[in-house]
Amino acid sequence: MAYTVPRPKLTFAEKLYLPNIVAGLAITFKHLKRMLKGETKVVMQYPEEKWDKSMPEHYRGAPTLVTDQHGRERCVACQLCEFICPPRAIKITPGHIPAENAFAKVEKYPAAFDIDMIRCIYCGMCEEVCPEQAIFLRKDYAITGTSREQMLHNKEKLYELGGVFDGLIHKWNPEK
Amino acid sequence: MDFFGSIPWLLIFTSLAKTIFLVFLVVLPMVSYTVYAERRVSALIQDRLGPNRTGFPLTLLGFKKDFSPFLGGLGQPIADAVKFLLKEDLTPGHVNKPYFWLAPALAMMPAIVTLSAVPFGSELFGYKMVVADINVGLLFMFAISSVSVYGIVLAGWSSNSKYPFLGGIRSTSQMISYELCMGLSAVPVLLVTGSTGLSKIVNYQVEHGWLLAPFTDGGLQLREVLLIIPIFIAFITFTISMFAETNRLPFDLPESETELVAGYHTEYSSMKFALFFLGEYTAMIAGSALVVVLFLGGWHVPFIPDGSHGAIFGLINIATFFGKVALLLICFIWVRWTLPRFRYDQLMKLGWLYLFEIALVNIFITAGILAYTK
Repeated sequence: MAYTVPRPKLTFAEKLYLPNIVAGLAITFKHLKRMLKGETKVVMQYPEEKWDKSMPEHYRGAPTLVTDQHGRERCVACQLCEFICPPRAIKITPGHIPAENAFAKVEKYPAAFDIDMIRCIYCGMCEEVCPEQAIFLRKDYAITGTSREQMLHNKEKLYELGGVFDGLIHKWNPEK
Repeated sequence: MDFFGSIPWLLIFTSLAKTIFLVFLVVLPMVSYTVYAERRVSALIQDRLGPNRTGFPLTLLGFKKDFSPFLGGLGQPIADAVKFLLKEDLTPGHVNKPYFWLAPALAMMPAIVTLSAVPFGSELFGYKMVVADINVGLLFMFAISSVSVYGIVLAGWSSNSKYPFLGGIRSTSQMISYELCMGLSAVPVLLVTGSTGLSKIVNYQVEHGWLLAPFTDGGLQLREVLLIIPIFIAFITFTISMFAETNRLPFDLPESETELVAGYHTEYSSMKFALFFLGEYTAMIAGSALVVVLFLGGWHVPFIPDGSHGAIFGLINIATFFGKVALLLICFIWVRWTLPRFRYDQLMKLGWLYLFEIALVNIFITAGILAYTK
């Protein structure tokens, strides 16, 4: 059934249209004035101002590798992160820990650990899947480079970004 | 040989000097900084910042530091100009080439030519500050500025694609409708001042006070007070038609981005597009200059004598004129970022059913007042 939407009854001032134009101009002028006085603060001017302080705790930035309190690299080259990684950004070459090492019973360590930051989608699945708490997403977000080589984070770079993590797992502690 | 002796070398030289001063030293920089002001003001109105980075890269010239003045971003128009000049000038294969190339020139030139009749100052070193002081200045401006519609129409038709075509059609009908009320709303001014020469209109306002503010000559008469009403109505209708003539929002139907991509200049790129852009802003400046001359007293400001009393006053008068124009330009920008666009039928209705009649009745009111208070 046809239904007619009732038209709103306009007053003479509204029909004249001019008072509303003046009202609109007043609104935009108010915004302009507030901006000029610096009362509105919406835009963050990026390189000078950063949002690092207001960054949430759960922020997922660049994936990094961490060492434990003994300086041992936590990664045991199980390659779970390599398999789970949706864009296949991680590439691990496992290596054997020699018998004379204090942590010889760990058996394996990553001889090479590359994360291609052009591919990485910051999903955090590597951190979730890691049984050794070795890989963490830190808060670095400005990952830039002028070539593909620079965007490939190798093991040194990953440990440099990650630092030490004094964690819960003590199963590889030789004193225990 | 007598022919060469009779050539008015002095007139040619001074006219050239005035033209070069007006176009290259005042209007074109003003155009590019109007674009900057447009971007900046629109940003501030929308709680953004706008272009505030580009300074003047003096380090390229061997200086120690880049120069970025108080607001920042004042180098943006120069960077834009360089970008436009260096971009590839693409002519699509499906266009009608001669007209396609002619259109940008036709959009730009009339706007500049109209400025030749505008008295932008009183006198400087004994020379009148107007390029061509013609007796039919107002008619000349209307005639030439309506040529600029050809630029838009030709661009729309020769682009040979649907959006420019629609833009061209809209532009034609819009220009025709609004030219009428623009001409009619200028008639009360002519009735009061008794001349179509723009210099004479300004001189009348210097002697009797600005038309919109008749107290600027120090006194008020009954006639002047009564005349304010029709003059104010004329001012409003004239300004509204000016907005429509220069294709500014709320009347920017020929290029309405949201429905017609970019309207008549959809197919244009680089410097040819820039010419349309410059043409629009030059037309804005010409329009504001006309409003200043007709209603706001031209170069006159109370208590400052004209240029025959010294070069410094002549310069102040020129600065006053362009200051008034700049204020009007800011109003143009302010209105643009406040009002939404009219629908096409509303635009036609406003032009033909309201503005046209108001302007027409206004002429009779003015004539009546003039006859009554004679």
